[in-house]
Amino acid sequence: MIAIIDYGVGNLFSLTASLNYLGAEVKVTADAADLEAADRIILPGVGAFEDAIAKLRATGLVDTIMEQVEKGKPMLGICLGMQLLFEESHEYGVHQGLGLVKGTVASITEDLKAAGKEKVETPAGTEELKVPHIGWNALKFDADEPLFKNIKQGDCVYYVHSFYGRDCEESTIATSEYGITVTGAVRNGNVYGTQFHPEKSGKVGMGILKAFMEI
Amino acid sequence: MITKRIIPCLDVRNGRVVKGTNFEGIHDVADPVEMAEFYNEEGADELVFYDITASVEERTLFTDILTKVASRIFIPLTVGGGINTLDDFDRVLKCGADKVSVNSGAIKNPDLIYEAARKYGDQCVVLSMDIKRVDGSFKIFAKGGRENTGIDAMEWVVNGVNNGAGELVVNSIDTDGVKGGFDLELLDEIASRVNVPIIASGGAGKMEDFSELFRHKGMDAGLAASIFHYKEIKIRDLKEYLRGEGIEVRL
Repeated sequence: MIAIIDYGVGNLFSLTASLNYLGAEVKVTADAADLEAADRIILPGVGAFEDAIAKLRATGLVDTIMEQVEKGKPMLGICLGMQLLFEESHEYGVHQGLGLVKGTVASITEDLKAAGKEKVETPAGTEELKVPHIGWNALKFDADEPLFKNIKQGDCVYYVHSFYGRDCEESTIATSEYGITVTGAVRNGNVYGTQFHPEKSGKVGMGILKAFMEI
Repeated sequence: MITKRIIPCLDVRNGRVVKGTNFEGIHDVADPVEMAEFYNEEGADELVFYDITASVEERTLFTDILTKVASRIFIPLTVGGGINTLDDFDRVLKCGADKVSVNSGAIKNPDLIYEAARKYGDQCVVLSMDIKRVDGSFKIFAKGGRENTGIDAMEWVVNGVNNGAGELVVNSIDTDGVKGGFDLELLDEIASRVNVPIIASGGAGKMEDFSELFRHKGMDAGLAASIFHYKEIKIRDLKEYLRGEGIEVRL
């Protein structure tokens, strides 16, 4: 059984439907016993970091999550769920994360500015990059990473975000280019995170979820 | 880099996909779930469903179809038609929509965009507009393009984005169904005023219309219905053509 942590953040329809489609037994839950009984845990999330981490802590599940991860249970954070895995976020103030993956969450807009990369050359001429980073972008990943065993280098995945994981080089297992190099996925042992939405990334996304089900 | 998107639009009435020319003479086309699966196989980057039904019974039929599609196809889904309140947002998001497109609902209640953007995030709120030239200026039309609201389109766009619309669907009534190309004059005017993704709609007839579109700044996606529905252009062929033209697409 895959436990999807329900902490009142975001719409879980597609995530549940995509896992069901792949034949997984899924439970959307805020019950510690379900996390203990599950083979795998998914931490979803959309919205703002501060609000989400507060809601996650309010469920009282953080200790259980830490215990289960410590025991080696595979966990996958998706989008904001991935960002919550980091040590801290700089989204409107500084907020502590779960600290399961080394790194911080930073603003794409600010880092594009700092890198002088707000504008890019396209077939239409010089264009300003839009933030949020929304849409299909090509993924470059570590070839030996089991999470990506079903997909090809350069396959596109679907992103929707304005902040991204930074200073996490040692955990980064996939990236996409958007003026700056955007962290696409991270891994620390049995803890995985994808900034993109596998449940919205068509067949490529299904291949990634299927691989997670087999880890 | 983010790829340019090709989006088929499915107007659904009474459980079937329909497509008219200049919004008149609507023809029945096919089963929406089958069509959605076909487009997913073809490489569509996103699907837009417009509910053009009127009655409550038909609306339930529409949300059933949406649920079915969202349970089988895992690419972004945008839903529009009959979105007038936050409850309408809630209703379609629960059935698996990722983005909700507002058109007449925003004209009737200009606070809708702001309220929805605060509740669901800007990325969830798509402002869709039917625009037509009237005496040399662009005006917003309501009721499926039949009624001139008198609202200046450029002011409307800027206000909509300031209120939190995260994306725009710009449908030109003047070019819709004519297949002579997108309304680049209108699209350029809009792109010069805002910095959110623009989905161009109305007028695509051949592959070159899309490559021409993507050579204009600020254009993120091309939307069309009949040329895809009647297989005049196959999405996979179109994307291969675009890649050959140096435009980044997802294949």
